[in-house]
Amino acid sequence: MTIALETIGLEKHFGGLRVTRELSLKIESGARHALIGPNGAGKTTVINQLTGVLRPNAGRILLEGNDITDLPVHKRALRGLSRTFQINQLYADLTPLETIGLAVAERLGRGGDWWRVMGTRDDVNAEIADVLTRFHLLDVMNEPTATLPYGKQRLLEIAVAIAARPRVLLLDEPAAGVPESERHDILGVVAALPRDVTVLLIEHDMDLVFSFADRISVLVNGALLTEGSPEQVAKDPQVKAVYLGEAVDA
Amino acid sequence: MAAQADVGFHARQHARWHAGEIAFWLLALACGFGFPSRYLIMTEIVRLGLFALSIDLILGYAGIVSLGHAAFFGVGAYSAGLLTLHGIVNEPVLALFVAGLAAAALGFATSFLVIRGVDLTRLMVTLGIALLLEALAERFSDITGGTDGLQGIVMHPILGLFAFDLFGKTAFFYSLLVLFLLFLLARRIVHSPFGLSLRAIRNNPLRAAAIGIPVNKRLIAIYTVAAFYAGIAGALYTQTTALASLDVFSFERSADLLLVLILGGAGYLYGGLIGAVVFRILQEWFSTMTPEYWQFWIGLVLVVIVMIGRARLHRWALWAPNRLIGQFGGRKAAIAIPEGEGE
Repeated sequence: MTIALETIGLEKHFGGLRVTRELSLKIESGARHALIGPNGAGKTTVINQLTGVLRPNAGRILLEGNDITDLPVHKRALRGLSRTFQINQLYADLTPLETIGLAVAERLGRGGDWWRVMGTRDDVNAEIADVLTRFHLLDVMNEPTATLPYGKQRLLEIAVAIAARPRVLLLDEPAAGVPESERHDILGVVAALPRDVTVLLIEHDMDLVFSFADRISVLVNGALLTEGSPEQVAKDPQVKAVYLGEAVDA
Repeated sequence: MAAQADVGFHARQHARWHAGEIAFWLLALACGFGFPSRYLIMTEIVRLGLFALSIDLILGYAGIVSLGHAAFFGVGAYSAGLLTLHGIVNEPVLALFVAGLAAAALGFATSFLVIRGVDLTRLMVTLGIALLLEALAERFSDITGGTDGLQGIVMHPILGLFAFDLFGKTAFFYSLLVLFLLFLLARRIVHSPFGLSLRAIRNNPLRAAAIGIPVNKRLIAIYTVAAFYAGIAGALYTQTTALASLDVFSFERSADLLLVLILGGAGYLYGGLIGAVVFRILQEWFSTMTPEYWQFWIGLVLVVIVMIGRARLHRWALWAPNRLIGQFGGRKAAIAIPEGEGE
């Protein structure tokens, strides 16, 4: 198995606080890997370092064997590292059509094109239509994003990340805040992600983690506590003690 | 595939020419023939419109606030003046272009200072740069003419064919044509993927970077383009008035520009043009009514607009005409003014 994403001895300090401690992770190509841990374990800080929003104090990050530690956010994105945010990060005034269109245009390296009018390339339009259809957004594609129901916005958040055709996708609590009635759509979309995309899932929801992941890493106080298959992690006494507690016993 | 055609159709929706737009430009042209005694003020409006179009590109689309846009206007104005005065470039169109490039060069150089930081930092940096240039222009009075300004500028005929006349007819049509061509370019830019990416950056720079948009690069690019536009506006000022003085850099010029854009609305290109017309007419009107206190009324109008919101004002203003149109043309026939996003 080849390694899609790897961290080697990652360290991040906020002042005197060590929020990431010598974290070494290996995520195999095509894996459904989950990163779990109690509140304040430093999961989002890890994501922010992987995507380049934060720079680690020490350690390296490799994407398909290439060192990306010093690359800015947008260059990592163009290399195939895509993410969703725990709290939606969308363009309030833009429509889903424009949002997806832009993501596709950027991936094709046409985002800097200042002469061609949007929507005049059939291949791009076809791809936009495909993404909008897959994410049930075709009927609302001309509504400003800010006016969409939360569930649709959450779908758009994942759709944007997918439109960038990532090699590795980081999902930061995809189902967070979604009302029960719309949850089904989100989970369906997550389950239907193409197999060749490597997925790293950050999640609180244990049902989702255990139904989705084939490998789980447990983060506690910024350090890796244990790692293994869902069965191994569920049985691990350390994990039970610090994190899952009674939830697993019950 | 139906969905694909649908996507293409809707993606191009905003880029299509609407009847209202064509009417707008025909009306502007008609003014040139309808009011031959008002060329001076109409030229001034066109110039102000172009200047406001420039700031709309950075503020309305990319979300960069500036209190020092006069810096580029001033560099354009002095460049055009000096080029002509010293006989370096005599042909006005070429001089206009070179002056625009000079302003663009300054825009590019200062963009690195402006794009970093938050709104307040940007306001202060842009303001500082304009003040700096004003002081420099005063200090190097042997080049700029100091407080007297550049004098004795003699304009050559445009393309060697059209001489500037006393009534300002040539100046008006020349300015209008320049505005129209630059407007076409701006229109093209904002409806391109590049233009859309600017709106994305204004909306959410975090997400923009996460889909691979090089945020800083795009901001530098549009800031440079906007500086070019402002430089052209400044050069038009010098060419149509045969004058360039220190006040081209003045703080009032930058501040008025923001008023113009807010009056007309940011983020749909016509805001600056409509704002320029409204601003200049209000200014004329108020200053005839109360020569000393006209600024009070401009201020009042501005506060009212911001408090009530432009969308509501538009609805009120269009209520009666739309009722009338509705009677004849059915429910769907109505005039709507496109709304700018976020001021």
